[in-house]
Amino acid sequence: MKETVGVLALQGDFQEHLDILAKLGVPAIQVRLPRDLERVGRLIIPGGESTTIGKLLVTSKLLQPIRARIKKGTPVWGTCAGGIAMAKRIADPEKGQAHLKVMDITARRNAFGRQLESFEAKIFMPKVDRKPIPVLFIRAPVFESPGKDVEVLARLPDKRIVAAQQGKILVTSFHPELTGATALHQYFLSL
Amino acid sequence: MVKKSSMTKMNTFGVKSGLAQMLKGGVIMDVVTAEHAKIAEDAGAVAVMALERVPADIRKEGGVARMSDPKLIKSIMKAVTIPVMAKVRIGHFVEAQILESLGVDYIDESEVLTPADEEHHIDKRAFNVPFVCGCRDLGEALRRVNEGAAMLRTKGEAGTGNVVEAVRQARAVYSQLAALKKMSAKQLRAKAKEYRVPTELIARAAKSGKLPVVNFSAGGIATPADAALMMQLGVEGIFVGSGIFKSANPRKRAKAIVEATTHFDNPDILAKVSEGLGEPMRGIELSTLAEGERLARRGI
Repeated sequence: MKETVGVLALQGDFQEHLDILAKLGVPAIQVRLPRDLERVGRLIIPGGESTTIGKLLVTSKLLQPIRARIKKGTPVWGTCAGGIAMAKRIADPEKGQAHLKVMDITARRNAFGRQLESFEAKIFMPKVDRKPIPVLFIRAPVFESPGKDVEVLARLPDKRIVAAQQGKILVTSFHPELTGATALHQYFLSL
Repeated sequence: MVKKSSMTKMNTFGVKSGLAQMLKGGVIMDVVTAEHAKIAEDAGAVAVMALERVPADIRKEGGVARMSDPKLIKSIMKAVTIPVMAKVRIGHFVEAQILESLGVDYIDESEVLTPADEEHHIDKRAFNVPFVCGCRDLGEALRRVNEGAAMLRTKGEAGTGNVVEAVRQARAVYSQLAALKKMSAKQLRAKAKEYRVPTELIARAAKSGKLPVVNFSAGGIATPADAALMMQLGVEGIFVGSGIFKSANPRKRAKAIVEATTHFDNPDILAKVSEGLGEPMRGIELSTLAEGERLARRGI
């Protein structure tokens, strides 16, 4: 039996991740409660509002269980807000913003500015695909100050970090799930 | 503005509708001060709608309701890190130009304000800022998308605290969408004519069985149960206007509606978050409203 992938479904574009996993023929479920987490072998934390997702992680009693699973080696991928949740440090956190703090990196929220600065791009990630991957940056964060165990997977032309990996933890500033690109999902499933 | 490479494109429809995708499963709250905006953010709102008066007060005070003072909108943009939306009158493209200049994240071309044009909605494709528009049925939804709306919301009946119109409209949109699926090419062409939209747009909706953009529910949601009801009917998120700050305990109610929107299909959690919220907004029975007081009927 194939391992089931969980997509954190507290808020955000979790359905788009589920659609891509369905396209790849991978069994996947929505994760809203601690008991859902027990059924999955890996987890995607989608895009959304990082402050909202942080609060819902606490009220839904998922923050500690997810952190524990990641520490035990469950592969996890955060896109945009999900990536912010993964970072040990947030550059300008909202007061009391809850996050998982599992990756030795700093997330800078809304690094490009407001929605008018959102953009589409093709990102070249040699480790993931030979071809550039079409993605969306929506009020996106960037990542800074990676620790020594963190591998940078993609930078913008101005050198800012937009994808990184630490062991089985993957973060991306952008959304491949909104363009229908499957390469990053396949890469995550290989971790 | 950041220098990006030639591989990047800004203000595409994907970028505009993409922000709405990020708001899904969330609650967008009307706020009239920076302090309200902070309360909304602390409660877990995914965005705030900055305005001078909530719909319940617009109803009460009457007169012409217009775009809010840029000073107020700017103070709210400064107070929170979540997206900030603001309203313009239907057809008032200059108010929209002003909001774009302020750099708001979304513009709501809203029936809650007094319409400025009885025949034309704003040509939303001409703007870089994305628009959300109200609808009562599938035809109205697709007309707005055809004009460039990147997000929809059913209108409900704003400022009433009464969910009945929101329910009627959501049921209308989704049953009309389901009906499209069964139609022949000829019937779809006739529908396109009836709805006054290109056949291609209808055909796409018929094939996917979905609206082309994200659809939230607005107008009349006052309790966590109301929010969950709309989510179970198929909308993708919730706007709450007067329902929060016209209630006895806005902080607690806002948080409860956020949790109810996430756990909309879990009655145990809904029961828990519905407990001890204090008085909801009083609300209005719709049959007591005169024809001219029905805001949802504004727009074409």
